[in-house]
Amino acid sequence: MHPFPEILRDTKLRLLRLHREANCGHVGGNFSCIDALMALHHRVMKPDDRFVLSKGHSAGALYAALWSLGRISEEELQTFTCDDSLLPGHPSGRGIPGLMFATGSLGHGPSLAAGLAVAARHRGQGHQIFCLCSDGEWQEGSCWEALTFAIHQRLANLTLLIDQNGLQGFGRTADVISCDDLTGRIGAFGVDVRRVNGHDCDAIVKVLSRPPDGAPRVVILDTVKGRGMPFEDSLESHYLPLSESQYEAARQAIEREVP
Amino acid sequence: MRKAFADAVLTQCGGEDWFFLTGDLGFMALEGIQSAFGKRFMNVGVAEQNMIGVAAGLARESLRVIVYSIAPFCYARPFEQIRNDICLGQLPVCLVGNGGGYAYGHMGPTHHALEDCAAMNALGVRVVAPAFDEDLSALLASIDTPTYIRLGFDARPAGTVVPEYAPWRQILPGGRGAIAALGPLAGVAWQALSDLPVDSRPALWAVCGFDSTQIPPQFFDQISTQPLYVLEEHVAQGGLGMSLSLALMERGLRPGEFVHRPALGYPTGRYGSQNFHRAQCGLDVISIRTMITG
Repeated sequence: MHPFPEILRDTKLRLLRLHREANCGHVGGNFSCIDALMALHHRVMKPDDRFVLSKGHSAGALYAALWSLGRISEEELQTFTCDDSLLPGHPSGRGIPGLMFATGSLGHGPSLAAGLAVAARHRGQGHQIFCLCSDGEWQEGSCWEALTFAIHQRLANLTLLIDQNGLQGFGRTADVISCDDLTGRIGAFGVDVRRVNGHDCDAIVKVLSRPPDGAPRVVILDTVKGRGMPFEDSLESHYLPLSESQYEAARQAIEREVP
Repeated sequence: MRKAFADAVLTQCGGEDWFFLTGDLGFMALEGIQSAFGKRFMNVGVAEQNMIGVAAGLARESLRVIVYSIAPFCYARPFEQIRNDICLGQLPVCLVGNGGGYAYGHMGPTHHALEDCAAMNALGVRVVAPAFDEDLSALLASIDTPTYIRLGFDARPAGTVVPEYAPWRQILPGGRGAIAALGPLAGVAWQALSDLPVDSRPALWAVCGFDSTQIPPQFFDQISTQPLYVLEEHVAQGGLGMSLSLALMERGLRPGEFVHRPALGYPTGRYGSQNFHRAQCGLDVISIRTMITG
């Protein structure tokens, strides 16, 4: 077994190639959350834990993470966004273990995860439920519906993670509909909110390894959209696929992280 | 039908794997369920989108879920959650909308549900509009796909006995074509026609579903040269009339006459009771009787 940094590097390289070969956009959002997804799936989640990708536009990152765990074969991964595939650009929720729901329209994941958490509690099962959202996603009122429900129900087995990369479809989040001080806003509902560097896997593992304290948890991941890409922290990383030169520059940047 | 529904839940949905979710509705109707279900009865508050998502999460873990609200809040507000969270996963959640059609009458148009069947049919949800109180037990005993149950008021004549539940049931025999009445309108038509001679009235069918494979051959025989009347407290678009028309076309059939009476919305811009709106659409007892007797 390779050490985690090498697995992470290889998965990032595979994710990069995945999007390059598919000529598929949403690279930025995938690379803002790939560190957290890998830390979560390799170092935090236990076999029975559940994960909901509410920011479905980061499907590639989740597919790559599941590939790194052997839950998606290389053969299947190569069908990403192709005809006759189980891996469309946003998860279908069918056919792949670990992909439980069709996501891609934002604001659905927290409620779905809350339902999973109620089910686990009802059955006395000890597993945890993790849900990854984007920051712009919290412009959806349904997220707040789910948050208030989860708090009211004291769903201590639920952790909501928010990929706060500060960019969304058509501008900076602060300029579109500001979600400034998301920590304070969510914390005002009476829930424990932690902020962590979303590219520091050790820090992510540390904050997610805290034992539940009787209520749902929220972890805000401070991230950079398209981290490591030539167009990192820019709007074009939200939609545009990689050119050959961008791909090559990004590949070299990833390899420099862990030679 | 709320009481019949609540009673049916208690008799048909026992067991620790059943959950009941309400969007803060059901006062003076669901208390028995609340008591019997304990923590499995969840009032999720005025948050229908979350209610559907939570239901999908529960169902994804193989728990059985009933979701209750008044009809428009059940299907319209959380439409995308029904589409993505329930239907794309083919999760057998049972959506129950109380007050289909104009049933909430003078509460106003926001509380009416005139296009619910079309919306749910379009998603592939099994749509059921029970006609009579007794139908609820049979329906709740057979929830194995995404289902929408449209509750109304059982309007059949006092003292009558209804046949065992079936998606299509002949309530009255007749010799002049057939009426297909959606859900509780079968009871209204029953009131309108029951004292007419058999050979001077159409047969009356209570229609509770939209699956055309369930239409009995006897019905097609009755309208092959005779009139077909379709009554529905639902807009024409995507309703029973359109569904039946397609079924007839697919079979190369054409009724002797086609009379369609759907919900017309609010043609005068004025509002009132369920019967007020039914009358405006030709769907009340007097209008239906006049439709037949001239």
